[in-house]
Amino acid sequence: GLFHLSIVVLCPPLTSDSISTVLAAATITMKLTSTVCFPRQEIMKWNGWGYSDSKFLFNKKGQAEFTGKRYRLSGMVLPSLQDWFENTFGASVNHKSPPALNASAVPPASLNEAFVEDLKATGIPFSHEAEDRVFRAHGHCLHEIFALREGKKFERVPDMVVWPNCHSDVVKIVELACKHNVCLIPYGGGTSVTSALECPPEETRCIVSLDTSQMNRILWIDEKNLVAHVEAGIIGQDLERLLNESGYCTGHEPDSMEFSSLGGWVATRASGMKKNVYGNIEDLVIHIKVVTPRGVIEKSCQGPRMSTGPDIHHFILGSEGTLGVVTEVTMKIRPIPEYQKYGSVVFPNFEAGVACLREVAKQRCAPASIRLMDNEQFQFGHALKPQVSSIFTNFVEGLKKFYITKFKGFDPHQLVVATLLFEGDRERVLQHEKQVYDIAATFGGLAAGEDNGQRGYILTFVIAYLRDLGMDYYVVAESFETSVPWDRVLDLCRNVKERINRECKERGVQFQPLTSCRVTQTYDAGACVYFYFAFNYRGLADPVHTYERVEHAAREEILANGGSLSHHHGVGKLRKEWMKESISSLGVGMLQSVKDYVDPDNIFGNRNLL
Amino acid sequence: MSTVCASCLNILVFVTLQQRDPMLKRDGFEDILEERRNSSDLKYALRCYAPVLYKGVTPCKANMLKNIVLQSDQLRYVINQVSQESGEAPDIIQEEASVILEEMAHRLQISTVRFFAFALSKAFKTLFQHVCVNEEGIQRLQQAIQEHPVVLLPSHRSYMDFLLMSYILYTYDLALPVIAAGMDFMGMKFVGEMLRMSGAFFIRRSFGGDKLYWAVFSEYVKTMLRNGFAPIEFFLEGTRSRTCKSLTPKLGLLNIVIEPFFKGEVFDVNLVPISISYERILEESLYARELLGVPKPKESTSGLLKARRILSEDYGSIHVYFGQPVSVRSLAQGKVNRSTYNLFPRHIPRKPMEETQSFVNDTAYRIVRLQEDNMVLKPWVLMASLLLQNLEGMELSVLTEQTVWLRGLALSYAAFLDWPDHAPTAKVVSSSLALHRGLACVSGGRVSLVVGEPLGPVTPEEALFNRAVSVLSCASYRNQVLHVFLRPAMLAVAMHTAASSKKNEVYNCFSFLWDMFSNDFILCPGDTVQDFEEACYLLVKTGAVQMPQQDIVMTDIGQPTLSFFNGLLEPFLQGYQMLLPTLRSEHSVLCVFTGNLRCYEVLSSDMQKNALAALLRMDAVRKVKV
Repeated sequence: GLFHLSIVVLCPPLTSDSISTVLAAATITMKLTSTVCFPRQEIMKWNGWGYSDSKFLFNKKGQAEFTGKRYRLSGMVLPSLQDWFENTFGASVNHKSPPALNASAVPPASLNEAFVEDLKATGIPFSHEAEDRVFRAHGHCLHEIFALREGKKFERVPDMVVWPNCHSDVVKIVELACKHNVCLIPYGGGTSVTSALECPPEETRCIVSLDTSQMNRILWIDEKNLVAHVEAGIIGQDLERLLNESGYCTGHEPDSMEFSSLGGWVATRASGMKKNVYGNIEDLVIHIKVVTPRGVIEKSCQGPRMSTGPDIHHFILGSEGTLGVVTEVTMKIRPIPEYQKYGSVVFPNFEAGVACLREVAKQRCAPASIRLMDNEQFQFGHALKPQVSSIFTNFVEGLKKFYITKFKGFDPHQLVVATLLFEGDRERVLQHEKQVYDIAATFGGLAAGEDNGQRGYILTFVIAYLRDLGMDYYVVAESFETSVPWDRVLDLCRNVKERINRECKERGVQFQPLTSCRVTQTYDAGACVYFYFAFNYRGLADPVHTYERVEHAAREEILANGGSLSHHHGVGKLRKEWMKESISSLGVGMLQSVKDYVDPDNIFGNRNLL
Repeated sequence: MSTVCASCLNILVFVTLQQRDPMLKRDGFEDILEERRNSSDLKYALRCYAPVLYKGVTPCKANMLKNIVLQSDQLRYVINQVSQESGEAPDIIQEEASVILEEMAHRLQISTVRFFAFALSKAFKTLFQHVCVNEEGIQRLQQAIQEHPVVLLPSHRSYMDFLLMSYILYTYDLALPVIAAGMDFMGMKFVGEMLRMSGAFFIRRSFGGDKLYWAVFSEYVKTMLRNGFAPIEFFLEGTRSRTCKSLTPKLGLLNIVIEPFFKGEVFDVNLVPISISYERILEESLYARELLGVPKPKESTSGLLKARRILSEDYGSIHVYFGQPVSVRSLAQGKVNRSTYNLFPRHIPRKPMEETQSFVNDTAYRIVRLQEDNMVLKPWVLMASLLLQNLEGMELSVLTEQTVWLRGLALSYAAFLDWPDHAPTAKVVSSSLALHRGLACVSGGRVSLVVGEPLGPVTPEEALFNRAVSVLSCASYRNQVLHVFLRPAMLAVAMHTAASSKKNEVYNCFSFLWDMFSNDFILCPGDTVQDFEEACYLLVKTGAVQMPQQDIVMTDIGQPTLSFFNGLLEPFLQGYQMLLPTLRSEHSVLCVFTGNLRCYEVLSSDMQKNALAALLRMDAVRKVKV
């Protein structure tokens, strides 16, 4: 690398004890007793992000470190993080806001006895333990995690959790739910950030969380057509690992892939970082099997494209659990690429970076992934630099910094960085790389090395864990995304940031908020933009409410600036109010009529989307 | 700048203003000439000038600006369009655009600004006693300039206005504005170029369907605004008001500066209403003559030199009030759905949508009313109002007494009155008369209007003309207070005409008057009911009217107020009444001449124009091609 951008060193999570392995272990125990709780919470935090053993903390010396053994960063000290944290948020490591020790008080389960009796007869495992129910009562929205930390009572949680093992189990459960008028909420990886998993408080029926985690097998691989038939409960990292063993991959890598499930991707129209090569989820699926109250939806063949009226897959993709449960998916696979190469480019400012990405999209030569981080994220990357062991490295870094800022005249408070990932056969990758770097050079971009690129891709994982650290010290944070035509990218980014700053001020936030964005996907006609937003909430009576009002305002600003309601997170209940504006009331009516036909008794009653 | 115009610190009653805008509070003034009289003008003109710019942008050289405009997608689109329509090669159209831009563009140069800073210091000190500025307004402006693109919207009463504005901004080390000026200035060879170099850019008065011109012009303005290179300054009223009444705002430029906000190109735009009040307007009698049909002298350098004559006179004080910056974003909240701009490429020119048009129109009226609110009124304005109701003259003592009474009324209606503190009323009246000795004189204890002294023998027509000049000149002072009294005065007239005390019948009359006068006065579209309520509130508050149940009746003490108000609007009522039958015969001059009418104001082309517009609007007359 030419220039050490100091983006954190994290290696991908260890693969040996992935989630479903643990859950599979639980399955064995399950056979002994029918009401075992499936212990996701044993390896994952119940009130924060990710694995229980991995978290950021400030040690006794006030230095930040990352615990556990899963990531290469684990056990490392991050000397600059404290300064960055305190300076950015006006926070102090002496002002702690630790989570309450007790789990939330849980409303008692209201069970539908007849349903429970019939379910017992099927032998499908279930539980009504409080821990199991609360764990599946939420996703990862700020207000959900905040409530858990504060020990606040959820108004409504599922009354029981059920673990089907295969498609036919789901068919049985859905039939019983219809028979006994029970509300079903499908639960995949639990990484929703749209309040999609929240139980509607007004729901009076028994709510059953349908946990798909046991449906985690690759049923077959068809190497002739390069497709795999997979159960929808499989978690992203497991799917990739299992396919890799056979020499294949799906190439679908959303940032949540450590924890999110295939069914969840389908239900939310997920997008993976390498979509430029492999496509988004809607491009990857060949066949979907869905169990609905009316029966099973599937197609009769696996033709690669059909002209048979509107594609029924598109009723399922993005249906957010309102129509049924996705049980099995046939998905495109690819041989593992022969060669992978990361890269990075530094630009003097965000405008130049966006112009470069636009040109790359125009020439249709985007690498598997290309992302542009703004200056705030660049600075944040610096803060996550692990302790440097060698004086020599420091010295070299100093020189590089000098080269970029003094010689090339880049302003450290303006410069931004694009991270790149190329895939394919070696020769073509190198050719491709040259093409992209040549374009970048015309926009003043300087190549900044492979390592920096690789590190950049791991930033997402860090940010997710860092939110918990922030919340330990009076800082709340969240992210949200949109897609927007190219000509509006800059205006939208600027206006949304400004709106957030202004709203925070008007709503009594005492400290300057952190607003940061990055362009994470490029398309022919536009880009996906991802925002991070955090502020120190000391002095605020109801930080979550304040936060929600600010996010609401930010979303309105996005819509007013030509951005979409969502690029890949979905609508859930968080953004329902804008659906009419987004797709017209007629459009909402069309979706409603599908819902009315497929699920007339609102068995899938999570009330997302409509 | 130590002396505060103490009189302006009066704590005023602004109940009505607070009703309309609870944020409105008035600042005190400081005299910027004070320091000019005590230190070197040359040093002042050469001092370090380093204004803070919008978000720290680097200033853009005039040539670079032209390039940005010529390269813009907006302009390139229109050039291609025009080229396709006309069959001319795009290069040729591009060249045309370049010529237009050359003719239009400012060439702001600090050296020219310094020259003006020096010359104007000398001139202002000779012409004026004080040039007062509210410094808090300057501070607000300074803040606003750093945060968002700023549009300066001064009232327009004199040629002086924009030089004065730049002078003040230079004085306070604020970013110098670029100013939209009418092309007529270009005629003044040398001066035109000087103005250009002090930040003026020139636009043709009319360019009807000229797509290319419009595109160059709007892109030029938007480029400066979007990049925040400099505050944009223009006059909402479009031209100098010859009558000292605010003119119905023109929307073209306002549309242009607001559009970048709707399109998301800027986060917000701040509109800053600025009220420039002259105690005596330099163009005073010129305006009266113009209104009577003597053609406006063509702007020329030699004309300006002749105007040196005015340098020997005393023009009192100027008050410049920088109002609270108005955020377009806040104004548009809930009124304009910006996402309607999402489905159309932003660089293709498009007629504003109805929703937008009405928003821009409302905004324009709102800004002009804010200008009016902060216009500083001198005692003479009240005296002129009284004298015009007594054309035959008044006893000085009566005038003094009534002026005091009127002052009380004006203050309770939140007028921004600059009445000297601790000075006996008689002194205030006499010094006002002294300053305006060209308009009124005292002889034998009676005050009457001065009629221009005849040079040699006069025909009766000339005498009438001279008389009309003096009435119209005087009316231009009365007009300054009209915005304070307008609504209650219309109510007074409505009560008088309705011949009924029923509230709804009075309202009907009020509404008719409101509609009829909406070309003559700033009445915000759709505000009839609100204005009626305000009028009722004010008249009840000052005890002139009572409102038992569904009635509106005059109180025992209401007579003087109501009759003053009736008298105040009488010239307008008479004028409109007169114009209806005379539209065909054009006999108004004759009518006045033969003594049929004592209303000289009907001779004003401004009133005739407004009345005709009103009659057309109200379908009382129709235009027929002959």
